[in-house]
Amino acid sequence: MKRMKLVMVGNGMAGVRTLEELLKIAPEMYDICVFSAEPHPNYNRILLSPVLAGEQTLDEIVLNPLAWYAEHGIKLHLGKKVVDVSRARRIVIAADGTEESYDRLLIATGSNPFIPPLPGRDLQGVIAFRDIADTNVMIETARTHKHAVVIGGGLLGLEAANGLITRGMDVTLVHIAPWLMDRQLDGVAGDLLRKSLELRGMKFRVETHTSELVGGPLGRVTAVKFKDGSEVRADLVVMAAGIRPNTELAEKIGLHCARGIVVNDTMQTVTDPRIYSVGECAAHRGIAYGLVAPLFEQGKVCATHLAEFGIGRYAGSTTSTKLKVTGIDLFSAGNFMGGPDCEEIVMSDPYGGVYKKLVIQQDKLVGACLYGDTVDGSFYFKLLRDGRKIGDMRDKLMFGESHLGDAGHQGQSKAAAMADSDEVCGCNGVTKGTICRAIKDKGLFTLEEVRKVTKASASCGSCTGLVEQLLMFTAGGDYSAAPKKKALCACTDASHQEVRDTIRETHLLTIDAVYRHLSWRTPNGCSACRPAVNYYLISTWPKEAKDDPQSHFINERSHANIQKDGTYSVVPRMWGGTTNSSELRRIADTIDKFKIPTVKVTGGQRIDLLGVKKEDLPAVWQSLGMPSGHAYGKTLRTVKTCVGSEWCRFGTQDSTKLGIDLERALWRMYAPHKVKLAVSGCPRNCAESGIKDVGIIGVDSGWEIYVAGNAGIKTEVAHFFVKLKTAAEVLEYAGAFLQLYREEGWYLERTVHYVARVGLDYCKTRVLDDAANRKALWERLQFSLDGEPDPWFEFDKAGVDARQFQPLGVI
Amino acid sequence: MSDWKTFCRVDDIPVLGSRRIARRGSTDVAIFRSGDNTIFALLDRCPHKGGPLSQGIVFGQSVACPLHNWTIGLDDGCAKAPDAGCTQRFSVKVVAGEVLLDTQELATLALGTTAVPATVARGAETAAAERPAV
Repeated sequence: MKRMKLVMVGNGMAGVRTLEELLKIAPEMYDICVFSAEPHPNYNRILLSPVLAGEQTLDEIVLNPLAWYAEHGIKLHLGKKVVDVSRARRIVIAADGTEESYDRLLIATGSNPFIPPLPGRDLQGVIAFRDIADTNVMIETARTHKHAVVIGGGLLGLEAANGLITRGMDVTLVHIAPWLMDRQLDGVAGDLLRKSLELRGMKFRVETHTSELVGGPLGRVTAVKFKDGSEVRADLVVMAAGIRPNTELAEKIGLHCARGIVVNDTMQTVTDPRIYSVGECAAHRGIAYGLVAPLFEQGKVCATHLAEFGIGRYAGSTTSTKLKVTGIDLFSAGNFMGGPDCEEIVMSDPYGGVYKKLVIQQDKLVGACLYGDTVDGSFYFKLLRDGRKIGDMRDKLMFGESHLGDAGHQGQSKAAAMADSDEVCGCNGVTKGTICRAIKDKGLFTLEEVRKVTKASASCGSCTGLVEQLLMFTAGGDYSAAPKKKALCACTDASHQEVRDTIRETHLLTIDAVYRHLSWRTPNGCSACRPAVNYYLISTWPKEAKDDPQSHFINERSHANIQKDGTYSVVPRMWGGTTNSSELRRIADTIDKFKIPTVKVTGGQRIDLLGVKKEDLPAVWQSLGMPSGHAYGKTLRTVKTCVGSEWCRFGTQDSTKLGIDLERALWRMYAPHKVKLAVSGCPRNCAESGIKDVGIIGVDSGWEIYVAGNAGIKTEVAHFFVKLKTAAEVLEYAGAFLQLYREEGWYLERTVHYVARVGLDYCKTRVLDDAANRKALWERLQFSLDGEPDPWFEFDKAGVDARQFQPLGVI
Repeated sequence: MSDWKTFCRVDDIPVLGSRRIARRGSTDVAIFRSGDNTIFALLDRCPHKGGPLSQGIVFGQSVACPLHNWTIGLDDGCAKAPDAGCTQRFSVKVVAGEVLLDTQELATLALGTTAVPATVARGAETAAAERPAV
């Protein structure tokens, strides 16, 4: 087949990323040709600031060296600016007369600096800060001249000013607004930033309008004059007053432009179906994005369409700004300025260099501005995007997501202060050095990419803030952006919630039906979506939808826990943590008979037999003669108890009996994730009820119920839910809360995350305030569990494929 | 020289599931059945940390290792990017619903219980060396 021709105008980060994505999925489809106005291969424009400051070299910021273009057979026209396109003849024409024909044209011309129309703007020594040439001029000028003026107090202007100071120049920064970075910071934070920079010798003229650039006899700029008549000496003027989408070519060739080249959700221009556009020049639903993450997302979508896969839509991004300006961490998102009907929570410690402002409107977080300490930025961003009510966490909101119990990274909150050998991700053992190297060597830009390649932050996520900081100072600039909704997995665009809703509303009963109905991209899903969809089916339509054994993780298929050497562990159920001599004798005999190497008492008050061969599992279960402990499943695990009033001299309630009753009522209960309960007989709380999904504490007058505690990665103390009089009530209320979680939780979401998402008040409304609904929930749970088999003894009924335990043959 | 032997029928392997052949003194061989009833055979050992692939979730033409969720291609035995590394493949034939493997291969390829198969290649080593433990 003859290859089609793809011509790209522009050679920047978004465009080249699109080509990379395209080469990944359709390497043979196109002959590719790239026009680059600059005489350089694709480099990381965001890192021009560290180059100016002398922290990095130009070589270090090249993303795709010339060899990359050669390796992929890409024809590269360096230093050739495209001046025209004949859409009728499908030919691109450069200023030097070079012509290339195309079948598909990708316009990725990025943006241009905005140069205010001031007298003297054409003088020598007046430049923007946009590309390598500008950077080189600044570096050269700093060697021979003394006085610099930067016009514009945004990120770019501040970085230019900081770089020039580092190179020994005397710098005055001129800004029209009353405070610096007025698009990203409120006045307080802007002033903190100014004061900190003044200490480094930067001079400021805020609320100042420039009227003229004054030139000398040799045509070089000599001073900047302001509207109030004063002037400042200047041998160099850097214009950093913002950027505008570069639509010059697009407008000339008749493409519809409105604050950018207008594209649809496939990144195709609305004017000409052969022409696509990505990056800062493209206007998608009225927005031209300037952050890397959304632009790369556009590139990915565009590549699938260039490859004629016809899948993938760009639905826009919600963005936040997380920046490091001259070593100071800043974060802002949403409406951080507040307004008449907004409330503000503010923490200000100017001496310590920390300022935080949260803006709340109608019980929701609508904006945040952080100065100095931004580790909780992603937490606030998530709350903002999800639009969840924050009433129940308002008192703790300012202190962020980090808790005393955060494990795995030694309580670090400042990535810069860590050594290369320090562990950032304790789950996967990833050090700061490994992450930084991967970001640099593999050209990673987004959190998702770092997770994929290094596994850092990919498990529990408690180090996400640290990884984001590392991304920021290794790759530069801002990378916080998220799709408006998160797809369940790569097989679909549908979110967990959409899948749940569709199954309920359309009464779907099989995984295939869900995949067909929601147009899954894969024939039988993947290891992420199939267990989730299977759980949604059986939890939504109990006794109707049939459980699919092949859509369970191995532990739930073999009803034992797989260990690192491929053997299994077996945990029989001990109701409420109680046992007796005959059970213990059978356990001891089983250990001897099957030569089980390790026996361990678990934290859930039972006994774990480790190192059982898969072939032996059914015989071990028979030999034990005890029910399955479900220690392997997204199920009810244990109900931990203290001895309570039956023996304890402090006990006020019979906690052991209630624990056993709860466990008998709830065992075999599948849930979005594992579920652990505890019952203590008095407030001394020996069963540790404060860190359980449902924790119950007996007091003299009844029982207190706590929910959504967690002892895992994030130690989270359970919230007080309700106080009840009788054990029967406890069963009903606890069961109703758990059924709510079972029906609404997303797969692999613990109760702590579920309640954090929907809010404790919501759970109270559904379970406490609405008695009829509570009873209905409790009845649905009992209906679901009624007659459920014990998978260790009823293989057929439980859908256990007994063939798995024996090999097909032995040779 | 091939020596084909029938080990089971296609129906003895669950759809989107697997069975295994035990080899005395050597790592098992896993036999997989995909959604479209294609049969594959791989050494039952993930190139990452040796997890038994036969216990993983099968989807498309891949299996997810039960230990750390690496995705291994059933047709080539290789990990999907960004992970890298391959496990030994074994030839399979299906004749009249019966699944045949070459006993010559079973007796000679990837012997022992810890041997890394010779096919681990394609730049996998360098990438694996840089990888953090998972």
